Amino acid sequence: MNHLTEEQLVLYHYGDAAESAGTASIEEHLHACAACEADLIDLRRTLNAVDALPVPDRGDGYGSEVWARIQPSLNRRSEPWWQPLQALFVPRRIVFAGGVLVLMVAAFVAGRFVPDLQPAAPDGQEAGAPAANPQFAAVEQRQVRERILLIAVGDHLERSQVALVELVNNPAGPHVDISDERRNARELVFENRLYRQTALTTGDQAVASVLDDLERVLVEIANSPARMSKADFEKVRTRIEQQGIIFKVRVFGERVREGSVPSPVDARVHG
Amino acid sequence: MDVNDAHDVTQAQAGDELAFRRLVERHGRGVFQLAFRLTGSEPDAEDIVQETFLKAFRELRRFEARSSFKTWIHRVAVNCAYDLLRQRPRRKAESLDAADEDGAQGGGIEPEADGTSRPDRLAFGAEVQRRVRTALELLTPTERTAFVLRHFEGRSLVEIGETLGLRTGATKHSIFRAVQKMRRALAPFVGTAVGIGKEGLEPGCSAGL
Repeated sequence: MNHLTEEQLVLYHYGDAAESAGTASIEEHLHACAACEADLIDLRRTLNAVDALPVPDRGDGYGSEVWARIQPSLNRRSEPWWQPLQALFVPRRIVFAGGVLVLMVAAFVAGRFVPDLQPAAPDGQEAGAPAANPQFAAVEQRQVRERILLIAVGDHLERSQVALVELVNNPAGPHVDISDERRNARELVFENRLYRQTALTTGDQAVASVLDDLERVLVEIANSPARMSKADFEKVRTRIEQQGIIFKVRVFGERVREGSVPSPVDARVHG
Repeated sequence: MDVNDAHDVTQAQAGDELAFRRLVERHGRGVFQLAFRLTGSEPDAEDIVQETFLKAFRELRRFEARSSFKTWIHRVAVNCAYDLLRQRPRRKAESLDAADEDGAQGGGIEPEADGTSRPDRLAFGAEVQRRVRTALELLTPTERTAFVLRHFEGRSLVEIGETLGLRTGATKHSIFRAVQKMRRALAPFVGTAVGIGKEGLEPGCSAGL
């Protein structure tokens, strides 16, 4: 009969033989076969020699040393409780929030006073008389607001697409500096969050879903180190490419700009 | 999961940097040991430790406590080391052949059974260590990683397969190939069998499978 193979012995040594020949039958063979038993002893002697390879000792304080090295690279720092709020009031964000507010007011005014945007009135009711039916007037206002939101989202998606394309096309040297892209991503994350929350509030799930996917990628870029090794950068690039986020953002952005994405109100009124 | 780890992970996920610091302090040494065994190089191991904890910090929100923090952080370290090993040029088998010629003279050296520290015994030990290091460098990144995880870390075949993206059969084979290469490389020092001699010893062995 056959001796045990080297592979069987290795599996037996690590306790992984049960799935193949079976531990019991291997043991039985080892009891009866001096050659295989000697082979197993030899195998174990080799592995004992591997065990003897020393690992440089790092003292008890090693963890603290590691912390001291990585701490400056961490993005978040120990901050007082009001620090995150302070970040909301940087001039650029105030200007952006003001812009969004103006858009919302414009949407409200337009919805209230522009008769051309009203849908066809039901039978027996004269078109252009929104006050006659408050329910229709409310629908109109929401439609206009959502159209304006979609225009702003389209613009945001376009800028995000450009930022992602610039990032993935970064020339790959031994190290890659993505400090500009990171800064850009941080700004986009802030806007993205605002649009996503607005889309959720208005019930626009399609927009919210794309913005949610985009936000994850933007957050990852925003939290990446400014200077990355080539390997790390390749991983980020591969992840972006695998998720197809650039394609998704481009296609959805085009649809939004062309007006082929129905607003939730449109969908409810016409669908 | 260790109670301290569980608490610190929760705190760190909520943005408590000091909690993350405690995790680094608690697991830094273990990650270094693993990284050193995987790479065989102190500078590389130091880089991997650093990269591992930075990556862990960024991805801590994804940690779901289905495994222990130690298992998770070690897996992050293994992935970092695996990437590094794949980029690193591997030693060729000829380098070991050259060493064989030197080592052949020492093939008959046997350490003293009484455990005394004779100079030739120390030299023998140092030579074996050098040979083990060289033999490890001959392994492919997959073989080396699979071997280290099975032999030193005691990970199951399934866990190793998940980490390396291999099926169980391929994982087994990687470990076997690694051990086989180690045996060939260390044969002149630790024994002579290495799968030979069975034919000559007991041609009529009847206890086979």
